[in-house]
Amino acid sequence: MTTAQDFTLAELIIVAAAEAWRGDGELLATGIGPLPRIAASLAKLTFEPGLQMTDGEAFLVEEPVPVGPRGEYKPKYSGWMPYSRVFDSVWSGRRHAMVTPVQVDRHGQANISALGPDFKKPKVQMLGVRGFPGNSISHKNSMFLPNHSKRTFVEGNVDVVAAVGFKRDWPQGALPNGVEIGVIVTDLCVFDFNGPDHAAQVFSLHPGVTFEQVQDATGFPLARAEAMKTTEAPTEEQLAIIQRLDPHNVRGSVLKGNPPGIRAAA
Amino acid sequence: MTKEMNLKSVVAELRDGMTIGIGGWGPRRKPMSLIREILRSDLKDLTLVAYGGPEIGMLCAAGKVKKLIYGFVSLDVIPIEPYFRKAREAGTVDVVELDEGLLLIGLRAAGHNVPFLPTRVGLGSAVMTNNPDFKTVTSPYDDGEVLLAMPALKLDVALIHVNKADRNGNTLTFGPDPYFDDLFARAAGTVYVTTEELLDSIASENPEDLKANLFEPYYVKGVVSAPLGAHPTASHYGYGWDLPHLKAYSASAGEESGWSAYFDKHIAGGEDGYIASVGGEGQIRALPLPTF
Repeated sequence: MTTAQDFTLAELIIVAAAEAWRGDGELLATGIGPLPRIAASLAKLTFEPGLQMTDGEAFLVEEPVPVGPRGEYKPKYSGWMPYSRVFDSVWSGRRHAMVTPVQVDRHGQANISALGPDFKKPKVQMLGVRGFPGNSISHKNSMFLPNHSKRTFVEGNVDVVAAVGFKRDWPQGALPNGVEIGVIVTDLCVFDFNGPDHAAQVFSLHPGVTFEQVQDATGFPLARAEAMKTTEAPTEEQLAIIQRLDPHNVRGSVLKGNPPGIRAAA
Repeated sequence: MTKEMNLKSVVAELRDGMTIGIGGWGPRRKPMSLIREILRSDLKDLTLVAYGGPEIGMLCAAGKVKKLIYGFVSLDVIPIEPYFRKAREAGTVDVVELDEGLLLIGLRAAGHNVPFLPTRVGLGSAVMTNNPDFKTVTSPYDDGEVLLAMPALKLDVALIHVNKADRNGNTLTFGPDPYFDDLFARAAGTVYVTTEELLDSIASENPEDLKANLFEPYYVKGVVSAPLGAHPTASHYGYGWDLPHLKAYSASAGEESGWSAYFDKHIAGGEDGYIASVGGEGQIRALPLPTF
C-alpha cells in the first residue's frame, strides 16, 4: 500500500465515502450519484465483499458495474432486484444508502422535495420526497454533499422533511427503532451526528481545510470529534481500482473545476 | 367476447373528475398514446395517481388535472418533469406527495379491499404534515407500536401499457422491472391496456413465458392495439426513451406558448401524425435502451 501524492478531491471523497460501509457485512449497498456509487463499489472490492449492489436498474451484480458508457463491458447478473424487492429490502432494514440531499439541518433531517415556506406553492419544486421518508426510518443512510455551505447545511429546519432525523417529531410509541445516520461526506470534511445528544461532530478535515472554515460554512454548530484527524489520502492501489470503476472519469465532472485533493494553503 | 377497443372508444368511457391510475415508472412504459387521446378530448378535473413521467406534465400543461397523488414526477435523466414543476410552482394543482413505497402500500390496500394498511413509512416526515388527514393506528398487540394507517388509494380506472395482449385481456409485460402495474390494476378493478402487439391469443406451451403476465384478465375491460404507444417513454425491448424528444419537450416549458406549440406539432394530428412528427417508426425502434 503506497499513499498517493497526486489525487483529486473527488478521489479523496470516494475513499472517505467508502468507509461509510465498513462493518456492514451483507446488505444492499446503494450509492446514488457517481461518487457514492464508486465509493460503494470500492468498499465492496477492498474490504466489504458481502455488500450487494445492483446494475443501477433491476439486477444484482457480484462485480460492481463501472459508471458511464459500457463499451464492450457486459454485466453478469446474479439476482433480480426490481423496485418491489428494493422496497422489501428497505423495509427489512437490510440496506445502507448514500444519498445527496439539497438541504440538511442540525437534526440530520434532509430535504430533496421542494424549497420555500409554502408546500402548496413551492418557490422551487425539486424531486419530491421520493424514497427518503421510508429509507430514513428503515435503514442506515449516509450522505454526500458536494458543496458544503450554509445553503445546504441550513440554520433552521429543512423546508420539507423528506428524510427523518433526530428531531423525534413523531407520536409517542412510533418508530421504536429510531433513526440511524451514517457519515456525511462533503467537499470540506467528514462528519456524523454522533456527538452529545446527536449533535453534529467533525470526524475528519480534508487536507488543507481548517475546522473554522467548516464551521463558517455550516448553519449549525459543529463539535470536534475526540479523534478528529485529517481525511486519509487514497493509496495507489485504491486509485487504480477507482480508475477501473470509472474509466471515463465521470468523477472528474462532479466537483466544480475538479480540484486537487490537497488544497493549496489559503 | 372481444375486449378490443380503440383510443377514442376508451376515452369515451372516461368521465370528468375520475381518479385515474397510470402504470409505468417515470419515462418508462407509459400508455402515452392513450394520454395523447385524453389530451385531444374535453376531459377535465382528473385526479391522477402515478409514479409519474411525461404523462403527468402533459396533462398538467393541458389543464386537465385537479389533483395529483404521486411518488415522484420525473423524466429520470431530466430529474424534474418541467410542466409538473410549472404547475407546482404556480400552485395550480392539489397534491398528495407520498414516499414512493407509501404509494404502493395505498394501492395494495385498495386492491385488497381494506381501508388502510399499517406502516412506519412516512412517520416523522413531511408526508404527515403535508397530509393532515393521514391518521395513525396503535398496534392491538403487546408492542403497542403507533403506525401510519395508510389509506387505500382507490382508483376508478387504470391505464397500462404492455408488450403483448390478446382480445381476451391476457397480457404480457417485458423488461427488467414490472414496476407496480399489477397494484394499479387491482386498485382500479377496471383497466384499459394499450399494447405493442395485439394477438388472437398469448397462450404458450412454455410456462416460463407467463411470468410476464402481471394481472388477471378479469380486470381488463379494454385492449387497444398501440404499437410504439409508449413513445417518448421506453418500452423494453422494443425501443428506449427518446431523450432528444424529451429535451425538446422540456425546453418547450420555458418558451412562450411552448405547450400549445408542442400540442400543435405532435398531438393535434392524431397518432399517425404523432409517429411521423417524431421521426417515424424506424427512428423510434432504433432508440437505445438506457443503461446506468
